[in-house]
Amino acid sequence: MINRSLKQLATMLANKQISSVEITSEYLKRIAQHNPEINAFITLNPEKTLAQAAAADQRIAQGNAEPLTGIPLAQKDIFCAKGWRTTCGSKMLENFIAPYDAGVIERFDAAGAVNLGKTNMDEFAMGSSNETSYFGKVQNPWDRARVPGGSSGGAAAAVAARLCAAATGTDTGGSIRQPASLCGFSGLKPTYGLVSRYGMIAFASSLDQAGPMAKSCEDMALMLNVMAGFDSRDSTSLEHEKEDYTRKLKDNSSDKPLAGLKVGLPKEYFAEGLDGAVAKVVNDAIDQYRKLGAEIVDISLPNTMLSIPVYYVLAPAEASSNLSRYDGVRYGHRASQYDDLMDMYCKSRAEGFGAEVKRRILIGTYVLSAGYYDAYYLKAQQIRRLIAQDFTEAFKQCDIIMGPAAPSTAFNAGEKVDDPVSMYLQDIYTIAVNLAGLPGMSIPAGFASSDDGKPLPVGLQIIGNYFDEARMLSVGHAYQQVTDWHTRMPEGV
Amino acid sequence: MSLSSADVKRVAHLARIEVSDAEAEATLAKLSGILGMIEQMQAVDTSGITPMSHAQDLVQRLREDVVTETNQRELFQSIAPLIGNGSTEPATENGLYLVPKVIE
Repeated sequence: MINRSLKQLATMLANKQISSVEITSEYLKRIAQHNPEINAFITLNPEKTLAQAAAADQRIAQGNAEPLTGIPLAQKDIFCAKGWRTTCGSKMLENFIAPYDAGVIERFDAAGAVNLGKTNMDEFAMGSSNETSYFGKVQNPWDRARVPGGSSGGAAAAVAARLCAAATGTDTGGSIRQPASLCGFSGLKPTYGLVSRYGMIAFASSLDQAGPMAKSCEDMALMLNVMAGFDSRDSTSLEHEKEDYTRKLKDNSSDKPLAGLKVGLPKEYFAEGLDGAVAKVVNDAIDQYRKLGAEIVDISLPNTMLSIPVYYVLAPAEASSNLSRYDGVRYGHRASQYDDLMDMYCKSRAEGFGAEVKRRILIGTYVLSAGYYDAYYLKAQQIRRLIAQDFTEAFKQCDIIMGPAAPSTAFNAGEKVDDPVSMYLQDIYTIAVNLAGLPGMSIPAGFASSDDGKPLPVGLQIIGNYFDEARMLSVGHAYQQVTDWHTRMPEGV
Repeated sequence: MSLSSADVKRVAHLARIEVSDAEAEATLAKLSGILGMIEQMQAVDTSGITPMSHAQDLVQRLREDVVTETNQRELFQSIAPLIGNGSTEPATENGLYLVPKVIE
């Protein structure tokens, strides 16, 4: 059951072979068994979850089922879900019971999906290893000593260890794609503005975007069908015509189903900094695409290296503004002892935020402070345009861009915590996509061996032009029909 | 760009985050490392380039000037923090939030 696709589960539910309560109970059992070690979930509420499953069963019995009705999903703890504790991985929101639903949660509720629980994450989504979470680190199911990636690390471990049928994540600089690569499953960051940010706790508003994390491209298409759509409550939501993201998923009818597809390989994504074993896996995947009929062309994204400094100006600047709302007045952590109002603010924030969040608030405050705005913030916005233009030029030469999603396989917990800049380099191949607002995804492409011989997953990143998600998913789907990397499961779960 | 411990304390005050001298000292090297990495940007000639503030060219949407929100004051106040300083009461009174006195 745990390896079934979402479509197979929906068919089983429709045929009354199994009920949503049965599927959900099985996942809750697996979570109870493995979560004490893996720590993928921060908050569980089996009573609420099973009530949703029972309601889904009723809906199925009445013949009103939609494709995800009765399917148990894990929700990243960045999405407000009414009546659920919603922490965003922070002590600041340790006791925050969301009084309303995020747009994404509303849509899954309306579709009849079941909320299994809230997944662990780097605090306020700031991190690439899930080690900044106030609720503890998350184990990578492939090697428990290693990190799952971040910031959607709990969701990543939950999908990889089959503790849910699929999950949601958010991606500001790579937080869906890098953990998808490190944990060996499929994760998609859609075009900026496609999925509502309403009720999704803000980190860097011009970059944040929610997306699906699942076992296959087909599953992601079904998830995106529910997630995508205009929301007037999000001022940057796009009024984009409704699409069926499964429409281009075709069975490979010939040896060369991708004939006519031009795939661009940016030379900067294969330069120094890329681990050799990762490069080999990615190159093998590209060979497979050649066999499927794709034409491979060399392209250049010359400003790739600048995406990290630009991001670490813009994202902290936006974060310092967004996180100013946590003042201890209306909700969230308030210091238990303070002298006056200023002291209450300063102590509440000092106690409520962890070290990485504080660092980013300080960087953001600094680059926005008087005298530094032009040299940092404005400069970064100008280079952001150069980075976006790189992609505009590249897409004149190709339909799709491919490369690694992360420069290495999963690293050991603790390895990079004291060196923020080295941690930031984890996102060297993903950040530019957020800056440009393009869609990007990572799909399993194989394994590289760790020093002690454990197989560690490697992801292939596929970047599309704006609103080209349906084609990206079909390109991934063609590959997943001729490879079985996406069906592999870690041992011991 | 080299930062001093005093700079860290000044910025932390702007950000309303209390830092002790020891914390400012400890975070100094990490912040300087990050700012050093950011300095790479200065080598790029950006004259004449329009800053990009957003991924999409958006215009501000307008809507009818009608009430769209219902009053949920009680629900929202039910999650208010505790007063603190020895009081374990919620920091609300008569539908308002309680903070330390700011006007004498």
